[in-house]
Amino acid sequence: MQTLLEAFRLLLGADPELRQIITVTLQMSLLSTGISALLGIPLGVLIGANDFKAKRLVNRLLHTLMGLPPVVAGLIVFLLLSRSGPLGSLKLLYSVAAMVIAQVVLITPIITGLTANVVSIKAPLIQETAAGIGLSPFRRMLYTIYECRVPFVSNILAGFGRAIAEVGAVQMVGGNVQFKTRIMTTAIMMQTNMGHFEFAIALGIVLLLISFLVNLLVGRIQEKTLSA
Amino acid sequence: MKYVFKKFLFVLILGVMILSLAACAKKIENPVIRLSTTTSVNDSGLMAYLQPVFEADTGYTLEVTSAGTGAAIEKGRTGDADALLVHAKASEEAFIGEGFGEERVPFMYNFFVIVGPEADPAGVKGVATAAEAYQKIADAGATFISRGDDSGTHKAELKIWGALGYDPTGQPWYVSVGDSMGRVLTVADEMVAYTFTDKATYLAHDNALSLLLEETDDMKNTYAMIAIKPERYPDTNYEGAQAFIAWMTSEKALKLIAEYGVEEYGEQLFFVP
Repeated sequence: MQTLLEAFRLLLGADPELRQIITVTLQMSLLSTGISALLGIPLGVLIGANDFKAKRLVNRLLHTLMGLPPVVAGLIVFLLLSRSGPLGSLKLLYSVAAMVIAQVVLITPIITGLTANVVSIKAPLIQETAAGIGLSPFRRMLYTIYECRVPFVSNILAGFGRAIAEVGAVQMVGGNVQFKTRIMTTAIMMQTNMGHFEFAIALGIVLLLISFLVNLLVGRIQEKTLSA
Repeated sequence: MKYVFKKFLFVLILGVMILSLAACAKKIENPVIRLSTTTSVNDSGLMAYLQPVFEADTGYTLEVTSAGTGAAIEKGRTGDADALLVHAKASEEAFIGEGFGEERVPFMYNFFVIVGPEADPAGVKGVATAAEAYQKIADAGATFISRGDDSGTHKAELKIWGALGYDPTGQPWYVSVGDSMGRVLTVADEMVAYTFTDKATYLAHDNALSLLLEETDDMKNTYAMIAIKPERYPDTNYEGAQAFIAWMTSEKALKLIAEYGVEEYGEQLFFVP
């Protein structure tokens, strides 16, 4: 009980380190989600809207990547960025950039897959309309995105929710460095290991609130989409 | 003939029953000892080396958990351990003062060392004390990786900064990761940076860091065991803890400890008095 009160006190008092951790977390998650969306949505539209020879293979590959265990993604990125690895000279290990890279690897397939699913349902109707108006392929893509904007927002939010909850991969490539790459999830793990539960609980509360908010929004959008 | 055979069988069965009863009587009441130790001790491989011998000699089963010193000692307060094996004298004495532990039994020691890049840009090699080395690192703004996890090693590191009257927190070259010795060495290896470590973990860890400073007076690291008093948590295995401490301080165990690492690394990793 005492611990819980102390956690709230930390939150309300806006402990500077707590604020800094939340800020870095949001920066990293927003950047990761943004990049993953920029990559995943066009790719998902292409896959969902078109029929092509390798479509089944691509779909299978996509679903495999969607289920990529985060620690494996972390390991791969770590080996790439490590001093003895191919990209070691970039000195990206233990930075926010490294965490973003690992997250993009994890989240892009998710957004791509979700997008492809949505588009494949709406594709026939969009194709009809686009052919009727005589849209170029590029404009057809923009039209598709516009038509599916509501579920796409939901997918992006789902990607963000995934980004902010990630702990394994970002711990490995970020290093949980104080003031630099310490984010909410890695901080919670560290503080719990040290037995400092007030800080961990305070961060946990913030993370839960953000998670709930994101999932609430996703749920609302999905309801609206279904009833539309 | 049949009668003799039946009698023999009867005696045989009786004998087996008596023997198994005797074996039952010899069985230890609570055979599991929960030992809470630090990540440094665990990462050095010492417990994995001693455990099978201890278990074979005494019949006890050792359950070893490791965490940073602060968390390792905390297990003694929350009733999650029967014995502690840590290396933070001040914290240990406070723990015993609070009434959780019986007494401090120091039994082995080693030295912290300073490791870092082979090129040694801060010029740490060959100075007389760790404090001097730290001063050079701070002056050069050379990257230094800290445990940052309230562990025994971290407390020892802070003590040295304290001796200089200097707080490196927040400096761009001071990298605090809040994790175990093994991981700190990995980060130091990756960033080609200085760090403060116990020699055992450094040798057992695969890295390209150079040993720059060792065996100064301000880097001596003493390990002690504490049996947890059973008053607060009645199912604490007090007998087991006593048996463990007795075995660890026996001539046989001390000899094993002194021999640990000699074959593999060419030198002792732990010293016994």
